[in-house]
Amino acid sequence: MLRIIFSRLLQTLVVVFLLVTFTFFAIRMMPGNPFADVKALTEENKAAMERLYGLDKPLHIQYANYWKNVLLEGDFGDSFSMKGRKVSTLISESFPISLKLGLLSLFLAMSLGIPLGIIAALFHNKWQDYTAMIIAMAGICIVTFVLGPIFQLSFAKPLSWLNVAGWSRPSDVILPAITLCFGVAAYLARLTRGGMLDILSQDYIRSAKAKGVSQLNIITKHALRPALVPAVTFLGPAFAAIITGSFVVESIFLIPGMGQYFVLGIQNQDYTLVLGLVLFYGILMGIANLMSDLALIFMDPKLRNS
Amino acid sequence: MSTSIKALPAGLKDVEKGSSLWTDAYVRLKKNKLAMLGGIIVISILITCFVIAPILSWIGFDGNEQNLANKFAGPSARNLLGTDQLGRDLLMRVLQGGQISLLVAIMATMLTVTIGVIYGGIAGYVGGRIGNAMMRIVDGLLAMPFLIIVILFREVISGQVDEIARFLIDDWGWSDNDVLRFANLIPLTFAIAGFGWLSMGRIVRSSAASLAQQEFVEAARSLGLSHRRILFRHILPNMLGPIIIYATLTIPSFILYEATLSYIGLGIEPPNSSWGKLIQEGANYLETNITVLAVPAVLFSLTLFAFNFLGDGLRDALDPKASKD
Repeated sequence: MLRIIFSRLLQTLVVVFLLVTFTFFAIRMMPGNPFADVKALTEENKAAMERLYGLDKPLHIQYANYWKNVLLEGDFGDSFSMKGRKVSTLISESFPISLKLGLLSLFLAMSLGIPLGIIAALFHNKWQDYTAMIIAMAGICIVTFVLGPIFQLSFAKPLSWLNVAGWSRPSDVILPAITLCFGVAAYLARLTRGGMLDILSQDYIRSAKAKGVSQLNIITKHALRPALVPAVTFLGPAFAAIITGSFVVESIFLIPGMGQYFVLGIQNQDYTLVLGLVLFYGILMGIANLMSDLALIFMDPKLRNS
Repeated sequence: MSTSIKALPAGLKDVEKGSSLWTDAYVRLKKNKLAMLGGIIVISILITCFVIAPILSWIGFDGNEQNLANKFAGPSARNLLGTDQLGRDLLMRVLQGGQISLLVAIMATMLTVTIGVIYGGIAGYVGGRIGNAMMRIVDGLLAMPFLIIVILFREVISGQVDEIARFLIDDWGWSDNDVLRFANLIPLTFAIAGFGWLSMGRIVRSSAASLAQQEFVEAARSLGLSHRRILFRHILPNMLGPIIIYATLTIPSFILYEATLSYIGLGIEPPNSSWGKLIQEGANYLETNITVLAVPAVLFSLTLFAFNFLGDGLRDALDPKASKD
């Protein structure tokens, strides 16, 4: 167990290092420069800005400095585009908001998608199966930016306790979370169905049936845990993506979450912001994958030895 | 390979021929009503956008012609689905937007398949340390946040494309309107494909790796055939099934990527328009006139449905073993 955790963490560190390195050099290949949009910027001022942020130094020195600041001082640098704000402040302010939204919608997605998948598998090739799979397909095809406005119009408008958009009341998390959950729920339903069908055709399930174990016990005690393996494998990366990448939903419902910075950062060529986000995202992804690995080990004893 | 009795029409002489993977698959596909419906819808949408819409615009219907006196008009003989916030014909706008959405998705899918097959095929066939290293690069890029990598690619490429476009206009005298409109699509297409080929590469690698272990490849190798010949003549044809399935399922996901990017203002730029852009514009007039949102949203969702059902059906038909999810 410890060995798995250790090797996962090591792997995460390598991935994060490579991601940041790739991003560091790739972002400088973008045409233009970080201060191109600033109006009335004389050559002198521009040079001064570049000196201030250390952009006048050779690239490899800048690269070394970045790691030095991050590792030795825990400093992710100042944002280029949002003057006077540190990247770490931007992330620490917006992350809790995205986390709250992401966790709620993930919870909704699981409580919707997994039962749907189980029902579909139990009634394989019957009308329940087809209905469940058409619902799941609807979740994939009716996307957030179509659903969001529909929800705003049909729920937020008539109900006084729901805001159309904004992030001031506790109830403001509800509509965005519901909007965000359907896509994930749909994938979960499909994966759960696949896993369940796979397990239900195994010999040990047939043996259990032959011994007269009830249908309910077969599902809950014997089939469910291994059947959820594909869904849980998907949940790891989905967790990281839903928490950071919900930019569209954030912009529909005007939520001050993290997603906006991914787009703003790269549009404004805000090197430090983008690098900070990639670093944070990589670590989050590593943690999410570790959690889904640990859950898998708990669920499938065969994985304990490998 | 199993032969299916149902594949054979009446008349015994056909029995001697047996049935190929593709006839088998076609028979299975034909039985899947949802997939057939999806296929019919896909074909109808393609014909409507790429054949009927150009004819309509040739006989004088225009999606870009503004008429502010006639905005948010209801359906009429002149504007079958009414008009939008600037008095433009909604039907023509949706069809022309569809052209762009589909064009970007299909071009990006073709790129994805090309890059993915070559990269994944080589990684799977060579295997060993080189193959592994190639796949680690893919894994690493897959760990990047989607938006960052797509926007990065798009910006880097658009600089190059602009230069080529300017060259075509200035030196070759091409019509600047056409060139610029098309040039606007290229960076987006490459950006989407630049992210999309990663999953394609993975799928191709895993099937190439398992094919490379098979006896017929060993036989080809012992006959002294070149690596390139083995890869393209022996391994590639056997991977066509998964490639076709995955390509069909890639098109709707690329339509979705394009729409998402256009929705957040990082995709298609005016005068071009796409479903994502139309949905975004329509959402602003949600309370005034819902058809401006509803028409592109319905057509967009319907297209995604159709492609996904067709793709799922193709997977069930071509690869019955893998059809559990």
